[in-house]
Amino acid sequence: MLNLFKYLKSFFLLELTKGLSLTLKYLFKRKVTINYPHEKNPISSRFRGEHALRRYSNGEERCIACKLCEAVCPAQAIVIEAEPRPDGSRRTTRYDIDMTKCIYCGFCQEACPVDAIVEGPNFEFSTETRQELFYDKERLLANGDRWEEEISKNLQKESIHR
Amino acid sequence: MDLTFITSNNNILIVLESILKILIVLLPLLLFVAYLTLAERRIIGFMQLRKGPNVVGLFGLLQPWADALKLLSKETILPTGSSKTVFIIAPMLTFILSMIAWSVIPFSETFVISDINVGILYLFAISSLGVYGIIMGGWASNSKYAFLGALRSAAQMVSYEVSIGFVMVSVLLCVGSLNLGDIIEAQRNMWFAIPLFPMFIVFFISTLAETNRAPFDLPEGESELVAGYMVEYSSMSFALFFLGEYANMILMSAMTSVLFLGGWLPLFDIAPFNLIPGPIWLIIKISLCLFVFLWVRATTPRYRYDQLMRLGWKVFLPFSLLWLVLTAGFLVYTGNAPVIYQ
Repeated sequence: MLNLFKYLKSFFLLELTKGLSLTLKYLFKRKVTINYPHEKNPISSRFRGEHALRRYSNGEERCIACKLCEAVCPAQAIVIEAEPRPDGSRRTTRYDIDMTKCIYCGFCQEACPVDAIVEGPNFEFSTETRQELFYDKERLLANGDRWEEEISKNLQKESIHR
Repeated sequence: MDLTFITSNNNILIVLESILKILIVLLPLLLFVAYLTLAERRIIGFMQLRKGPNVVGLFGLLQPWADALKLLSKETILPTGSSKTVFIIAPMLTFILSMIAWSVIPFSETFVISDINVGILYLFAISSLGVYGIIMGGWASNSKYAFLGALRSAAQMVSYEVSIGFVMVSVLLCVGSLNLGDIIEAQRNMWFAIPLFPMFIVFFISTLAETNRAPFDLPEGESELVAGYMVEYSSMSFALFFLGEYANMILMSAMTSVLFLGGWLPLFDIAPFNLIPGPIWLIIKISLCLFVFLWVRATTPRYRYDQLMRLGWKVFLPFSLLWLVLTAGFLVYTGNAPVIYQ
């Protein structure tokens, strides 16, 4: 009896019509695609994108060359060299990040005691050559100046969790 | 060669007229094929909550042209160890076969390229020949995937042709003529899709198998055979296979429309409907069938090979045979069976 029922069910293509009606319903549903370059998904304030070196509001760079980020970096993508400046403060003379090595784990920004190295919200920094991805201090500071507004807003938002 | 047939003044006109007719049919057909590929991507995209190609031109309307340009500018690769002549002939054969079948499809009462008495037999013969292009392509490629794909395709097309044949015979019994125009004319009161509904379903599913479409697309099943018999093809030869396959889909939809959906007949023979010209009605019906083709592809997973064979030989064949006998019995009982003229 059960077998007969099953046979009839397959004979009248019940499952098939059920499936077809489902796909027909989906034909008219709202589409979930984002037209990427024209539309973008919202990004979390914790998003770990392109790195940036920040400055204080008086223009002085934050980084004090403690090299904690260099030490914590699991991919060993960061290279820092430091010397005391003529005014006696300790600053980096070289701050390189190899973006091709970086795994975007965010440990550097966690390690930083002065919030100098930060991973910003920018993820559109693809290049045509590999060389362009070897960031030096100048590039990182420029990034900091460019993204400071968003970065400080995000840090503010996250400060209650830190 | 004796050219007097062509050179005599009257016959030149006939030749020119048929060339014109062929162009009138084939050019829109190729355009239809191009936009069918776009429609397929868009509709399946919509059913999967995607948008599909919508960037090239308005609503992606220039996408087929971009694809065609891309294919044409690529290199035609002839694999080493392939049988070159057959390798090149195969896609041409597929394409040509899918085109010449259109010569008997009637677009209105008067417009047919060649109004032959055995139109349906011709169509059946041409669609059966279609398997040669695939077998040749698969065999000549000298590649295991292509070969397996071609074997599957041959087995599949042969299996489903049997039930397609029986379905056609039952339609022919109701009409009493092999002429496609007569078949359509016989549906003036009621489309055959209604009295022969189960046969309509069997026919439609068999056409899916005949054109190697999902859920019967295992000749080119990408998950196991990469691309089946088309693996080694590139550029223009690939494009010809592709065009042929899609033109075949349209041809099968046209056959479904002619046999079951009344061809160029309007939906109802009353004022707003019968003002629309016949060719438009045929195109509407073909488009509907094609939509179902795409709809099914978006819905069903692929059949396993043994399931495919079981469905063809153990379900469709006995069922269509039974229904054929029932149809014939009914026609004889009511005295409507076709008469053989001596």
